[in-house]
Amino acid sequence: MFVKELTKKYDGKPVVDSVTFDIPKGSVISLIGPNGAGKSTVMGMISRLIAKDTGMVEFDGKDIGKWKSRELAKRLAILTQTNQIQMKLTVRELVAFGRFPYSGNRITKADEAIIDQAIEYMELREFEDRFIDELSGGQRQRAYIAMVIAQDTEYVLLDEPTNNLDIYHATNMMKIVRKLCDELGKTVILVLHEINYAAFYSDYICAFVDGKIARFGTVEEVMTKETLSEIYKVDFEILRISGKPLSIYY
Amino acid sequence: MSVAGLIMQQLCMNKFVSPTTGATISSAQFGILLALLFLPNSTLWGRAIFSFVFAILGTWIFVWFIQRIRFKDVVMVPLVGIMFGNVIGGITNYLAYKYEMTQALSTWLVGHFSLVLRGRYEIVWLVVPLVILAFLFANHFNIVGMGKDFSRNLGVPYNLVLFMGLTIVAMITASVVVVVGSISYIGLIVPNLVAMFKGDKIRGTLTDTALFGAIFVLVCDMLGRVVIAPYELPIELIIGILGSILFILLLLYRLRHGRRAIRLTRAQSGCAAALSGVDGGEAG
Repeated sequence: MFVKELTKKYDGKPVVDSVTFDIPKGSVISLIGPNGAGKSTVMGMISRLIAKDTGMVEFDGKDIGKWKSRELAKRLAILTQTNQIQMKLTVRELVAFGRFPYSGNRITKADEAIIDQAIEYMELREFEDRFIDELSGGQRQRAYIAMVIAQDTEYVLLDEPTNNLDIYHATNMMKIVRKLCDELGKTVILVLHEINYAAFYSDYICAFVDGKIARFGTVEEVMTKETLSEIYKVDFEILRISGKPLSIYY
Repeated sequence: MSVAGLIMQQLCMNKFVSPTTGATISSAQFGILLALLFLPNSTLWGRAIFSFVFAILGTWIFVWFIQRIRFKDVVMVPLVGIMFGNVIGGITNYLAYKYEMTQALSTWLVGHFSLVLRGRYEIVWLVVPLVILAFLFANHFNIVGMGKDFSRNLGVPYNLVLFMGLTIVAMITASVVVVVGSISYIGLIVPNLVAMFKGDKIRGTLTDTALFGAIFVLVCDMLGRVVIAPYELPIELIIGILGSILFILLLLYRLRHGRRAIRLTRAQSGCAAALSGVDGGEAG
């Protein structure tokens, strides 16, 4: 997947300004940056949820806009943070929607098996007949991830998956992200606010400032005192814990 | 009718939207009046077509409107719908007065079964293919009900499904209004009651909703016939009274318990066994 000179303007003001980067397959890429830097907008454009003004998002040799929506749904899944669904569905019913791009209205035996696997993988077996509005935030987030797993895509895009979760659930979420990549071979792109999660659980970091890419590289390359101070305009100190850089800001 | 309400609630992501609170019924009536005015010799089918067109238009305008404004408050949307419906109803009444059609109009405004005779009720059969269509696309409606981003992620064309769904809703409503007159509240109460027990998966609840709606209407009709026998009360009156009471109870329940479901399965042993006959389908 390849992003080239992607631009989006709202009322004439560019919120994403000529962004170009390459998404390495089979890795976890975190998009970080201050509020309003355009991370979520970039994510939206990559996943065709937001229409781009100029530039292109090349996906498997074709621009993302030229893909059939349903075909794309088999290759790329996105979970936005606005998934506050006001609907009484059971966990299993929700996960079953992940199979929709494949089977439409008819869930086959094979689909059932995949749904079972996804539920098992996310350890949701005991909740599968519970309504999602009765679950806790962490469980609900897991149910959504299970749906994405059932969707069985190469690319998974997550917009602030740790938002509104406590330390325990957020950390588990990040471990799940890592597993999606390592065990299931997916390419995961996520928007994160928590830099240390990005540093600890991803392979690459793409830092945005004012709609432009300030720095794109491996975790080691981006997680330096100078780079982070420049991006966030606060003082940073970098520590090393179990071989990985972690930041302290004040 | 209750099926129409169910789909509409899903599409609008709001539990209090229904053909009554969403201007569909009043638009359909407006259509009938126009047909009576401009084509006085029109057949039932002519009127039906008029009311189809207007019901569809009215519903589309309403949904376009609420999507534009994006109310945060769930109660605002039906309020706007009721207002919008009343505006259309007002125009209908005004025109009716002006052309001295109120008598004829009231036949259509108050739902009752006394005019349902052979040769007049056949339009209702139109509902059958529409409901089948609704059943086939049940999952689409569910997905669209979960929002624009969600449906695009799954490759479902949001706007297309939304408008198709609303058209089905409007046509179901209109064909009932043409034959019987307006029966309010069914589209609101019945789907809510069913969803409380069985959840929101349309595929699973469509038949329950339809059956329960039919039973509800039947009971109300029987009440209407018994209360002042040998005369008959219009069914709209009975449903209006029962419906409003249920609606208020529903609102109060929501306020007190939030969105919690009434779960039949929670009471584990004895109760669940007793209810499993009713609820057994859900487990599978």
